[in-house]
Formats: sequence, structure tokens, C-alpha cells
Amino acid sequence: MSASSAFSDEKGGSSSVGEPEYGHDPASGGIFSSDYKRHDDLKEMLDSNKDSLKLEAMKRIVAMIARGKNTSDLFPAVVKNVACKNIEVKKLVYVYLVRYAEEQQDLALLSISTFQRGLKDPNQLIRASALRVLSSIRVTIIVPIMMLAIKEAASDMSPYVRKTAAHAIPKLYSLDPEQKDQLIEVIEKLLADKTTLVAGSVVMAFEEVCPERIDLIHKNYRKLCNLLVDVEEWGQVVIINMLTRYARTQFLNPNLNECLLEEGGESTFYGSDADQDEDEDEDKKDEALSKRKPYVMDPDHRLLLRNTKPLLQSRNAAVVMAVAQLYFHLAPKAEVGVIAKALVRLLRSHSEVQYVVLQNVATMTIKRRGMFEPYLKSFYIRSTDPTQIKVLKLEVLTNLASETNISTILREFQTYIKSMDKDFVAATIQAIGRCATHIGEVRDTCLNGLVQLLSNRDELVVAESVVVIKKLLQMQPEKHSDIIKHMAKLTDNIQVPMARASILWLIGEYCEHVPKIAPDVLRKMAKTFTNEEDIVKLQIINLAAKLYLTNSKQTKLLTQYVLNLAKYDQNYDIRDRARFIRQLIVPTDKCGALSKYAKKLILALKPAPILESPFKDRDHFQLGSLSHLLNTKAGGYQELPDWPQDAPDPSVRNVEVITLLERVTKLTSVPEWTKCSSREKRKEKKVEKPFYSDSEGESGPTESADSESDSASSSASGSEQSGSGSEESEESEERSDSDEEEEEEEEEAKKRKTQKKEPIEAVQQSESEQSSEEEVKKRKVSIPPPRNVSESESDDDDSPSDSSQDSESEDSESEAEVKKKKKITPPKAPTKPVKKEGKKEKKEMSLLDFDDFEPTPSPQVTPVGNFLSSSLVTDLEGLSLTDTVLSPATISPSGSLKSYELLHRITGEGLWVEYCFSRQPFLPDPHMVAVQIQFTNSAATEAKSLRLEEAKLQSGMRVKEFPEIEVLPAGESATVVMGVDFCDSTQAANLQLCTHSRKFFVSIQPPVGELMTPSFMTENEFKKEQGQLMGMNEITEKMQLPERCQNEHAIVQRVIAAANLSRVPCGSDKECRFAGRTVTSGSLVLVTVATKESGPSQLTINCEKMVIGTMLVKDILLALTQ
Amino acid sequence: MIHSLFLINHSGDIFLEKHWKSVIGRSVCDYFFEAKEKAAEPEDVPPVLQTPHHYLISIYRDRLFFLSVIQTEAPPLFVIEFLHRVVETFQDYFGECSETVIKDNVVTVYELLEEMLDNGFPLATESNILKEMIRPPTILRTMVNTLTGTSNFEERLPSGQLSTIPWRRSGVKYTNNEAYFDVIEEIDAIVDKSGTTVCAEIQGVIEACVKLTGMPDLTLSFMNPRLLDDVSFHPCVRFKRWEAERVLSFIPPDGNFTLMSYHVNAQNLVAIPVYVKQNISFFESGSGGRLDLTAGPKQTMGKTVEGLVITVHMPKAVLSASLTATQGSYTYDPATKVLVWDIGRLNPQKLPNLRGSLSLQAGAPKPEDNPSINIALKIQQLAISGLKVNRLDMYGEKYKPFKGVKYVTKAGKFQRPACVAISHFST
Repeated sequence: MSASSAFSDEKGGSSSVGEPEYGHDPASGGIFSSDYKRHDDLKEMLDSNKDSLKLEAMKRIVAMIARGKNTSDLFPAVVKNVACKNIEVKKLVYVYLVRYAEEQQDLALLSISTFQRGLKDPNQLIRASALRVLSSIRVTIIVPIMMLAIKEAASDMSPYVRKTAAHAIPKLYSLDPEQKDQLIEVIEKLLADKTTLVAGSVVMAFEEVCPERIDLIHKNYRKLCNLLVDVEEWGQVVIINMLTRYARTQFLNPNLNECLLEEGGESTFYGSDADQDEDEDEDKKDEALSKRKPYVMDPDHRLLLRNTKPLLQSRNAAVVMAVAQLYFHLAPKAEVGVIAKALVRLLRSHSEVQYVVLQNVATMTIKRRGMFEPYLKSFYIRSTDPTQIKVLKLEVLTNLASETNISTILREFQTYIKSMDKDFVAATIQAIGRCATHIGEVRDTCLNGLVQLLSNRDELVVAESVVVIKKLLQMQPEKHSDIIKHMAKLTDNIQVPMARASILWLIGEYCEHVPKIAPDVLRKMAKTFTNEEDIVKLQIINLAAKLYLTNSKQTKLLTQYVLNLAKYDQNYDIRDRARFIRQLIVPTDKCGALSKYAKKLILALKPAPILESPFKDRDHFQLGSLSHLLNTKAGGYQELPDWPQDAPDPSVRNVEVITLLERVTKLTSVPEWTKCSSREKRKEKKVEKPFYSDSEGESGPTESADSESDSASSSASGSEQSGSGSEESEESEERSDSDEEEEEEEEEAKKRKTQKKEPIEAVQQSESEQSSEEEVKKRKVSIPPPRNVSESESDDDDSPSDSSQDSESEDSESEAEVKKKKKITPPKAPTKPVKKEGKKEKKEMSLLDFDDFEPTPSPQVTPVGNFLSSSLVTDLEGLSLTDTVLSPATISPSGSLKSYELLHRITGEGLWVEYCFSRQPFLPDPHMVAVQIQFTNSAATEAKSLRLEEAKLQSGMRVKEFPEIEVLPAGESATVVMGVDFCDSTQAANLQLCTHSRKFFVSIQPPVGELMTPSFMTENEFKKEQGQLMGMNEITEKMQLPERCQNEHAIVQRVIAAANLSRVPCGSDKECRFAGRTVTSGSLVLVTVATKESGPSQLTINCEKMVIGTMLVKDILLALTQ
Repeated sequence: MIHSLFLINHSGDIFLEKHWKSVIGRSVCDYFFEAKEKAAEPEDVPPVLQTPHHYLISIYRDRLFFLSVIQTEAPPLFVIEFLHRVVETFQDYFGECSETVIKDNVVTVYELLEEMLDNGFPLATESNILKEMIRPPTILRTMVNTLTGTSNFEERLPSGQLSTIPWRRSGVKYTNNEAYFDVIEEIDAIVDKSGTTVCAEIQGVIEACVKLTGMPDLTLSFMNPRLLDDVSFHPCVRFKRWEAERVLSFIPPDGNFTLMSYHVNAQNLVAIPVYVKQNISFFESGSGGRLDLTAGPKQTMGKTVEGLVITVHMPKAVLSASLTATQGSYTYDPATKVLVWDIGRLNPQKLPNLRGSLSLQAGAPKPEDNPSINIALKIQQLAISGLKVNRLDMYGEKYKPFKGVKYVTKAGKFQRPACVAISHFST
């Protein structure tokens, strides 16, 4: 066979070209030989008729390419085979083409027609692969062909081909940036694609071609969020990174305004069925509320956070990191903590992964130390870690050091100093220095430890210690003259220049503390001057100058001598310095103006250096990015924008009805449906909450993203018609979606596998019947006004709650159904559905309306209000029901207290803790705010020894703990009262909640209104006090009181609900006055609300503490204007 | 994203290159070689390097460097994770990932790389899908190929990319349907000189070998899922089921895969199965030293400790060791200064002991740091955390599969920075 002869030929042949060592490499065999002459027989083989010969030749060629050998002279012979029938040969020809087409453009054109034919092939795989290769051929002349191919492929039936089209976009863009506009059109089209297969690739193309066109994302935002879990891992990374940037431009900073709890609404779900109609109303109001000043998280923002969270469990480190950076940049402070555990997990991965993760953790620890504190031990260093990992871990440990843990960290550092890795030891010493500068308490301990290291046998250790000690001493030199003396002795032994220089500088700087030794050191140095390193020489000159100025009697001659030596030094820096110093200090005839100030100049007080982490402020780069890692802007890096001041219009993410309908009728892809489904799922979830058993009704702030499982459990708990109905709809939707979505229920999966499509049809049938019956009713009941219309109370109030609830779930049902129909309809026969669609158009309009404008019931924005039965509220306050439930801060102080969650049931493993401000004086200490804490044990086992411990309080804050609860049996609750001195600030008190087995970090955050106690005074006293608190201490705000808030009663109710104040009698009925004192400092707080017949009302607050005043104004304003 | 890939062997030769965009010259690797020169160990080469026009991101696996070149901003972990995936794919295909193997299978390797990335963006990284497109070589097929002159490419078009479940190939058929799960736990611990545990944690993975016909839908539940503190999953696992019910519900890939890895709640104290008593001292004169090591069982829950290997990283001054072991064998590598004592099975009745003298380099000062000791071990039939698989259910298929679960405990980064008691010796 000629193949084998070629083979042996090759082995025998000389391999003079290229790197000869591989020619003889037995492992590479003939494949790696690279003699140009040999190409002749390769050509022969390629020209032959036998596929096996061609294949053999192609294999050898590919092997040469892999080796980096030039095989371009074979191009004509290879390109002929592009149309070869044999798939194996074809594949390898493609590899060759992609590699060399750029160099041989003319010849490459010969192959184009083959690909063009391939693009029309009925087999989707062939279409995809033709596009893939065609777009990889970097030949400018075929740009129009590529453009056409991409456009066609973008509307291909097969998602795989569409994916390939998405991949081809950046290829074409890099070949010809002029095509950008057209490519953006294609991207826009593909962004609307609803399959998970395409999502990752198209976002990647978006990032490469037009990352600045953030507006293209609006319409697809919700869909992307919802698809995310099912996208392949690499796509997830790209999408999450892009969405981080998107969110930064579209939402408000959740940490800007922390006085309003964005998650106040959780417990609404706790309520009975009767609350349903209220819920709806609240949601609308919430939407309106979000437009006002106080921060309420945009439901879309919440959606993103919720849908990315499960991905922290991904096996792919890049995905975990992407979610972590998203949370770091976007989540409210209280929620960022969830990423810590996942990041710590990545530390058990490969060392390269560790390296990147640690860099990011280091940056995070500077901003949010508390987050990683519980995982301190995970950053302990192992002797087998590579040095770069050790140094990074050290950095993290240093950043985590605080008063509480410093002793453990220092003990750990002590063992590190004994390591064999000297670079690491040096880094440890630096770390000790930094701990010492940041934590005053341990400065002396650290210094002593470092001084002990001065007697270490290793010179590098000593040298590093000297340098660090120098920095530490600069902070308080007077206390440590003996250390300086000790170091002076070291000059005889230490040879490391930096260390010698440091010692000399120290002695010079503090020569007054060591008056006897300093001249002697200079004497010794003068002797060895010529042999010293440059930095040491410079310091000798400095030392001489300083001594000359302070002690010229003893050192005059020595200084002259040193300066003379320096005058003839080889290094010009040293010569210059000597000349400069001489002019400055030695008085001459033409005494310059400067020399008068010589002492001041040279012996000026120098500020102590601040030892800072190299990771400080690195978080202005998006975490996890290459730029962050390198701390320089990498090419193509997209800046992470700052939060906007005012939230851009959230309605841009709504999908317009008209366009939607157009698309429906056109029967192109309908991605918007996906969005609808998600919202409807959320709604369903909300509806179903009450079906939970009471103890479970509370849903946490970290609500899981799975609506599916929710519905599953609801059906399990025996829900009635509406519950199961909605599940049904979901189920069927899933089935139809199954192309890209992973189904959740195994039963379903089973069904799907075995029964295929028929049962679905049946379900649909029955459902559609049912739903059409109710359509009329539905329309009547549940068409809420668009969200821009002001908060009018909808009719729902009147209708019995049951019906509204029903209609809602049915609504969603039929929604899903419409969608289902759409999806199931095979694309080949579009006519029938079009008709259907057309008939239904009217009805759908309303449905869509409903979907688009119904404010998304995100649990986080629904305020708490369930502690009062609604009727009670009505009776008590004479206010409309909806109002009360709406405003979180306006619950009547007489009967109810706003509760905040301290520990969620899930985090607490069954233990659920809430707190509220009881407004009773705290008897043991009048300067403390009484906090009432309610423990509920919903776990199956009893909780033992519940107590709170101080974790990390802001300075000045004090806590009076409650007596330990010894046992809390399962299902029981207990209430205790504790006192907290918040020091008149709204800073949270961070505490540790301990049980017999676990510890939780919790925090109590007081609204500003709870930081005061009522104070009783007469009208005259009030006026007198007010007169003294003018100017800066007075804050006035105009406001427009809503209709129902005009009367005095309402105003009093609301102000008192917002702040713990007492009413001051007042002659005029146009004015309401309130007075109180802050709990800790007893500063007066005076509030006046003046209403006018016409024009805006006025709110005035007089308070010595301006911060309190400003915050209170905001709170009261909010309470009044709702 | 990823522009090019260079494979570099231990001695610094580039033996394979692959470009996904236009060709980048090899000279770009010079920056890497420079960094490699500087680093004492290959692990110390920074994974991310900046050059004037490119960024180099590399990983070191199996004594090979996988160096990727990127030109613009890309998440470094993305690239690193992808490179590791490449290595894992090679291991999966060829059994190991070494220079020889890669050179022998260069065409398959090239095909794989071509499929895994398109224009620098990952395309197909699931081994099930890749295997459908490019068959892994087997001994039989290699023989057939050499005899008949065909290669190992699929004749028919693969449908893998189009599968509804992206990690499982369709049309799987087995005569014996079996599913095996190995629960492998590793203890990572640092023990200080006095024998107290500084930190200890348990990492576990569940390795699965599933050979089931069709599209089985499996549910794996645990007796005590609360033990699991932190978990990460293969993409096939449904997050939501786990969150709600603490069961693993998944349609498995075909063949071997890592189902999940987990971390056991650190608050439960970790039982350390063995102890090591050590006494390593160096004479003041500086000529030598003495070593005495004894290992014994501590908390093994009635199981035997196997595969016990103790590794000591000696100070640089130690030239050689002449020791006697009552059990097992020891080696001392004077180049890397690593003493390895392979004990094997630990006999609780007769504790293994290794003692003898160490000789130091002439003239070298007495080493001040006592070495750290690493321990490797294995305990069969025991998951040290106590995790137990409750049951495995299969839905979607009719046959009865054979199921099996195995538990193994290993020492992970078990480390004892041995007695750092230098204070006795310093004068």
C-alpha cells in the first residue's frame, strides 16, 4: 500500500526542517515529521481515489498543524477535498481550511460554494456545521455571503442552527466591524429567542458586538432571568455578568436608603384567605410607592437576585463566581452573606481557581468583613499550598482581623513564621505589621513579637521584621527607645540593605531618644561607608545631617567626613544628596534662606505610614473580571456603571401589548410568553401561600426561586380547586416547554415519557372549557388599571375575597393555556392557530393587559400588616382598609406593633424569631430601647438554651440581654424583652443568637422613630423649646397631604405610628404638635404639622441631633403622604 | 474569549497548539517561560499573566501546562474552569492526560478541541455529547482501525447537540442495567504540635457510574440530609427538588460522572481516625538528627485503616536518612527532601514505628524548623460523617436496575505541621 510506504519513507527521511528533535521522537512516529519534500506524497495521497488514503493524509496534516508546522503549500490539494463524501475526511478538511484560508484567500473561495450548498441542507446539523466553517473562514471578500447566511440561520427552525448563528456574529464582526448595525439587528432578533440553547450564545455575541446597547435587553430581561437556571454553564456566566451591568443602570442602589425595610412585606402571606383582595391592592400601591423616594426594591431586581441564587450550587466555579459578584454588586447588604459559603467552597478546588477566588475574596473582605468572618478557619494556610496562595490567604486573614479574633489570627501567624518558605514568612511579618497598625490593642504584643524575631537566625526574617518595626515605631516612638537601642546593635550583624537603611533612618529620626548611641552608630557607619549599598549610604547621610543639627558638638567632624566621602561617590544621587545636605546644614558665608529652616526641614514630624491592603478600592472593577484580577483595565472591559440617582422607568421591561399581538398573529417566535408565564407563576405562588399550614405561612426574605416545588407542595397539602388547577397549568406548560426546560416533577416526567402528547391534549380540552366559561367573569373582576394610573381602589374590595382569588388563579390558568396552545402548535401548520388567535384577540387583550400591568407581586415589597385582623384596624382607625395595610409604618400604636424578622424559619432550622419595639420604657436602664422578641419554635424538636450574645456592636452601643430561655418545646412560642442602647443612631445592633447547638448572626435595626420616648409638655414650654432650636436644628418640609389625611385625627395617628412621640396640646386646629426625647442622650425632638386650607402643608422638626431630625422628617413625611 | 491554546510539557516545550481565531505566534509563550523561570515550583507560576498585547491564563495539571491566550476581558475563572474541563475530557477519553498520550491521539485531541470551542466560546463540553461525535479510542478499535484503515469517527451524523437533555446521549442500551454510587469522603485537618485539631472539615463527593437503558429519571434520598452543609451539583440535578425536599432528582448522564460534592457542617466535630506521634530532633553539633514516628488508630469506628502513607517534608539541610520501619517501607528523596513512609494497613495491636537517624549536610546550620507531616489514608465501608444513602428510585423506565452504594473515607489535605517546638533548642 502506498500509505504504508509513505510512512516508512518518512521515518527514514531526514527531518532537517523545523525542530528536528520531534522527527526522532518515537511517540510522534511518522505523524510528526515535517519535511517539506514529503508533502509531495501527501499530495499524491490526497489526489487518490481512496478515502482511506485521503484520511491518512489529512490526519498527518492535522498533526502537523497541531505541531505548529507550516503546511500551507498543501492548500490546493486539500481544498479539492472539501466536497468529499466521507465525513471523516470532510471534518479534517474543515479544520485545515479554517486554519489556512486567511493566508490563501483566492483558493479558499473555491470552497465557498460547498458551504453555501450546505446551508440549504435539510439536515440541521449539516446546516449548522456549514455555517460554522463558513463563518470561521476569515476572508473579507465573503462578508456579504456570511451576513446573508447568518441572517437566514437566525430564523432557522432548529435552535441549534440559531445557536450557531449567534456564534457566527462575533466572527463576522471581528472580520468587518462595518457590519455592526446589521449584526445588531440579528442580535436583537436572537435575543428574543426563547430557547435556552440560544440564550447564552446570543448574549455572548451581544457582549462582543454591542455591549453598550443595554436597551436591547429591556424586553428580554425577565425572560433571561427565568431561563437562566436551564442555560448551559458557560452561557450562565456570560448572562449573569451582563445582567449585573444591566441592573446597575436600571435599578436603585439597595443600600442607599436603609431606613425602610425593603422586605417588610413578607408576612402578608401569613394571612387567611380573606386577605387576598387586600394583597392585590397592596401590590398596586407598592408599585406606586416605589416611585417615591423611600427605597423599595424593584420586583425585577428581586427577580434577578432570586433566580441567580440557586446557581451558587453550580459545580462550575465560574458560575459561582459570577453569581457571587452579582450579589456583591447588586444585593442589599443583608443578603450578600449568602455568597460566602459558596466562595469558601471554591477554595477546595484547583489551585488556579483558588488563586482567582482568593483575589476576589480579598477585595470583598475589605468592604464586607463580616461576611467571611465565620469562615476564618477556611483561610488557614497549609504548608502544601503554593506560595502565591499562601500570600493571598494571608491577605484575607489580615483583612478579617478584628479585636475579637486577632488573638487567634496572631497565634496562627506565629506558626507561619516558622515555615520553610521564606517569601511567605516575609509576607507574614508584613501582615503582622498591618494587624498591629489597624488594631491598637495588639500593637504592643505584635511589636514585642517582632522584636523577638530580630534574634531569628534567618537574616531575611530579621530584615523584614526591621522594616515592619520601623513602620510601627513611627506611630509612637517615645515609648520604645529600648527597641531602637536594640536595633542599633543589630547594625553590626544585619547585612540586608533595606533593613540597615531602616535602622539608620530610625536612629536618625529618633536620635533624641538614643542620644548616646546615635553618634556611635554614625561613627561605625562612616568607617564602612564606601562598602555600603546605595540606599544605606543615603540613610547614612541623612543620619549624619540629623545628628549634626541636634548634636553638632559630637558629630561635626564625622558629618564632614561622611559628606566628603559622599562627594566622590560613584552614584550621582548620593553626590547630589551630599551637596544638598551640606548647603542646607553647614553654615557658610552666603548662607541661603533655607538653612535657617534646616532643622525644621529635616527633623519635621513625619506622618506614620498607613499600611494598606493592595486590594483596597479594587471593587470599582467588576469582581471576577480579568481587569479586577490584574488591577488594570483590560481591553474590552465594560465599566460597571454607578447606580442611577433615580430609577429609570421600570415599564420598559414590560412587553408592549400591541407588538405582542402583532407577533402572535405573525406567528414568529413569541418569547414574551415566557415572561408572562413567570409572572403568573409568581402570582400563583402568592395565591397559594395561604394553603400552607399556618406555621409555614411565613415566607422568608430568601425565598427560593422554585415556583414549581411550591405548587407541588401546595397540591400535596390538599388544596382545593384553584390550587390544583394552577398546578395543572404549570405542568402542561412544562410539558410543552420540555425542549429546553427540565421538568421538575418526576411523576410528570414519567407521564411525559410514556404517554407523549395525547393526555396533554385532553387536559387542555377540559381546561379550555372551564376557562372559557369563566372568561367573562374574569374580565369583570380582574382587570386592574394600568400601573401608571394613580392608586385608585379597585372594585375588588367589594367582591368577596374567595371569588377574586379564584378568578386570579383561573386567569393564570387560561394564560398558560393560550401559551400552551401556541407552543404545541407545530410550526409547519400555522394557519389554524392564527385564526384562533384572531378570534380571541379581544379577550386576550384584556388578559395581556392584566399580565403586563398588574404589578408583580414580589413578596419583598408587600408590607407587614397581618397582625391585626383587618376589621380591627378599620374599627380602630376609621381609615380605609387598604391604607392601613399598605403603609408599613402606619400601624396603630395602640393595638399592634410592627414586627421585624430577626431570624428566618429556614435559616434558623425551625426557630423563628421576630422582634418589635414595644414602646414601653425599659425599666432596668432608662437609656435603652425596649425590644420585644418573640421566639417561635416550629421545628420538630425542642430548642434549648436560647440566648443572645453581643457579637459586634458599634462603639458605645450597649445591650441588656434577656434571661436565657432554657427550653422552648416544639410548636411553642415565648416572648422576652431586652434593652438596647442604640446611642441614638439607626445603626443595627449586631448580635449572636445562640441555641444549644448553633449560633446565628442577627441584627436589630431600629427605625428612627423608635429611638425616642414621649415627652409631655405644655404649649408654652413647647414654643419656648422650639425657639431655642432654630436655624440648623430646624428642618422644614412642604408636603401635599392626601385627601383622607387632612383631618387632625388621621395626622395624629400617623405621626404617632411613625415615631414614639406624645401629642402636645395646641390652640389651633390647623396645627398638630408632638414632643419626645431621644432615649440615649435625652435630646428634645419637636414635631409640628401645620395644615393649610389651600396650598401645601408644612412639617417642621426641631431637634438638636440633626441626623435624627433629617431621618425623622423622611419617615413622617412618608407616613403622612400615603 | 479564548483565542489560542498551547500545551507545554514540564521541560518547557510547546508540543501542541490550537487557534480558534487567527494564528498567534508561539513567541507569546516567552512571557510565560519567563514567569516559569522565576517560580520555584510549577505551581507557583501565576495563573494569569499580562503581556503587552495578550493575557495568558494557564493551569498546571498532570505535569503539563495548558496555556490559553486571550485578547480581551474575559472572566479568568471561566477560562481556568474551561481548561480544567479540557483536561478532564482528555482523561475521560484516553485514561490519562500526558504528553505521550496526547501526541499519540493528536487527531482526536484536535477534533475534541475543535468541538469544545467555537470562536473561543465553549460549545460542547459534556462528555456524553462529545463521545457521540468523537468516539474515544479503545484498544479493540485501535486494532480494527489499523487493520482496516478506518478511523474512529462516526459514520452517521450525531444527534447529541439536539438532545432535549444536553448532558445525556439518546438511545442508550444496556443488557445489564446498573447504577453505582460511591460516597467518598475526605478529611481535611490541620493538627498542631500538641495534637489538638486546629481545623478539620469533611469534603465529600458522590461519584456515580450509571449504565441504564433509555431515559431513566432517578431520585436519590439520604437518611440524614441535614448533615450536608454546602453542596454543589452536576447540572443534571434539579435545584428546586433539592431545596424543597432534600432529595437528588436527576436524569443521569450515561457512564461515570460526579453527581454532587458536599461539605459537612463544620460544627459537628470531626473525628480524626489516626494519630501520629513524632519526635524529630537535630543534634546541636549539626551533623545529624533523630527521627521517631509512630502511628496509631484513634477513632476508626471499628473499621480498618488502609493505605496509610505518611509524608514528611524535611528541611533542606537533611542529606539522607537511615531508618528502620517495623511495618511498610520508606523512601527518602534527597532532591525534593521528602520522606515517604508507606505503611499500608494499620494494625491496632502492633503499632507501626519508623525510627533512625538523619544525616545533615556538612557545615549546614542546625535546621530550625521541624517539618510538617502529611497523612494519607483510606477507610473502606465508612463515610466518616455518617452520611447514609436512604434509597434510589427510578422512574421513566420499566426494568429493574441493579443498584449499589459504596462508602470510602480518605484523608484529603490531612496535615500536621509537626512539632514547632524549636524553643528548646534555641540558645
